Amino acid sequence: MIEDREYDVVIVGSGAGGGTVAQELGPLALGGTRILVVEQGPRLTDDEFTGVERDMADSLYEDGGGFLTADGTMTLAFGRVYGGSTVVYTGTSLIAPERVIRHWHVPGLSHDDIEQRSRKYMMQNNVHALEPDLINDNNRLFVDGCRKLGWKAQQFPLNLKGCRGSSLCNLGCPNAAKQGTNRVQLPNAEANGVEVVTRAEALEVGDRTVTVRVSPKRDGEKGMPSSWAPGMYRVRADIVVLAGGAVGTSALILRSPTIRTISHVGARFTCHPAHILVAEHDHPITNDVGHPKSFYLDRAEEERFVLETCMYFPFITAKNLTGFGAAHSQLMRAFSRLQMILVLACDRATPRNRVTVDSAGRPVVHYTFTTDTIEAMVRATRASARIFFAAGAVRVHAPSADPPLIARRDAGRVDELIDVRHFQPGRISVSAAHLMGGCAMGQPHSAVTDSFGRVHGVPWLRVADSSLFPDALEINPYLTIMALADRVAEGIRADAGSLLGSGTVAVRAS
Amino acid sequence: MPANLLFPVRHILRTVAMTVVPESSSFDERAWAELEAVIEEALAKRPHHVRRQLVVFIRLLQLLPVARFGKPLTRLGAAQRVAFLESIERSRVLLIRRGFWGVRTLVLMGYYTREAVAAAIGYRAHRDGWAARGGTMATVPLAPTLWMEP
Repeated sequence: MIEDREYDVVIVGSGAGGGTVAQELGPLALGGTRILVVEQGPRLTDDEFTGVERDMADSLYEDGGGFLTADGTMTLAFGRVYGGSTVVYTGTSLIAPERVIRHWHVPGLSHDDIEQRSRKYMMQNNVHALEPDLINDNNRLFVDGCRKLGWKAQQFPLNLKGCRGSSLCNLGCPNAAKQGTNRVQLPNAEANGVEVVTRAEALEVGDRTVTVRVSPKRDGEKGMPSSWAPGMYRVRADIVVLAGGAVGTSALILRSPTIRTISHVGARFTCHPAHILVAEHDHPITNDVGHPKSFYLDRAEEERFVLETCMYFPFITAKNLTGFGAAHSQLMRAFSRLQMILVLACDRATPRNRVTVDSAGRPVVHYTFTTDTIEAMVRATRASARIFFAAGAVRVHAPSADPPLIARRDAGRVDELIDVRHFQPGRISVSAAHLMGGCAMGQPHSAVTDSFGRVHGVPWLRVADSSLFPDALEINPYLTIMALADRVAEGIRADAGSLLGSGTVAVRAS
Repeated sequence: MPANLLFPVRHILRTVAMTVVPESSSFDERAWAELEAVIEEALAKRPHHVRRQLVVFIRLLQLLPVARFGKPLTRLGAAQRVAFLESIERSRVLLIRRGFWGVRTLVLMGYYTREAVAAAIGYRAHRDGWAARGGTMATVPLAPTLWMEP
């Protein structure tokens, strides 16, 4: 039994891309255009953001944050909740580097345009640098270590309002301080009449239709029940916007018989593979209080890596330490003395790294670490070790060292001890949260969409998320996703006259 | 998923857990039940074939030491268990390495997501942030020249 519903525009996904498009089409909704957002995850109430690690990971992330690549050597973290991954990131809001947009070679896409649109969302999301007295020791030690080595750490612009310093950003802010799409763009859209239905998984896209399965709220699950009754729906719409993220959007197209012949879908997947590095100081520091990710060191252009401050929770930290047994436990018991740095490699799109689907239509991400990526991670690990020691750490845990613990007396030997030969996939933990590519913008012969997210040859189908990136962004991606989604919305408004029904044309004219 | 997926391999899993997290050697039945419940719950969300592979791999961990030590995993001394699992962690075969990584991850999840452990290792994050620490601020002086203009 399948129930039919009719809309003018349906948007799949409610994160940085989908939430932004929904907001920007709000004026159309005010005029009577029927706009629907379908979100696979639940909508949580404010008091359900408890900051409890296992509890929140299961409620907010796909596979609890442990989605594995095909060969099982990397975990991918992406949100599955009202607001998507903007609920679980740290609020970092950087404008895309000019050199990256130039390297993308997307006809019609300029850095000036991205910058202008990014600034609009910086303003809207209250992006600012955190006040100095709210910066914790974990971040200060990073800045201090960088300074001693002659590197300039930069402060992250953050989209916060009333941050209390819970340090729990990646588990969803328990104080509603982070200005994700769940706090800003989606409520704006809903206020204008856009409908958002949660627990609604897009199973397949047909010719101007989306097949959706709405799931019931199960016992013990967080979040409100869906506003639609559980069951199957066929949603008809003149325009379909895909914004389910780099993994979700590609998989949805590839499992949809009507559109899976679109060329190049799933290709050019990149993800900034990351290590969490840990160092121990001889005295307690403030680490699990205060905003966790306030500074970064951008070495992307010179050395293909970026270092960011970070602070994770007990299980995630334990998982990311290489090895086990007494040494592992001893480091975990030093939690109050731990400093952490997140190492991000700026990977490049390669033919082997792509999103596909299995026989059941589930996403499969194929990812092989290239020599360049491994070397970047090792360089980044060496740089981090130097920063840790310069900041006064007594020992450093480096995944690509064997044994992974490096004592202070060996601080001068980091180049020798941290080496590509110890980067052994499957033994060391690698994770990624910046998932990009799969529906790249570019020319029809080599890409999926144009620079406004219009799928080549399928005028009613748009893409509005990080899958548009033709290659890695080399910084945190959310602001750029919003800027691109803003372009997608502009394109939809421009094309509404030819694509939407007569009622909508009248709305546009008014 | 059957609630007792781990039951047939429970003694092997506990041996692995005591090697991965030595503190679990002092667990009573209640603590073990808590750890195993976390793992069971995590597995319940995984596809059937993944759960089956995990049980097969745990059985393999029990049998592999026979070739090297003449005894299964559960009958090895602590030092031998560490040596064996380290060799598995460094195996030339990716499938073996990632299999152990998976089991190790589940054990760490079972152990470190328990509230009592968070307190014991000194993890104190609280939704009230700075206010929960009595307004305590950072103690390390920061070079003012490094600040980016807001």
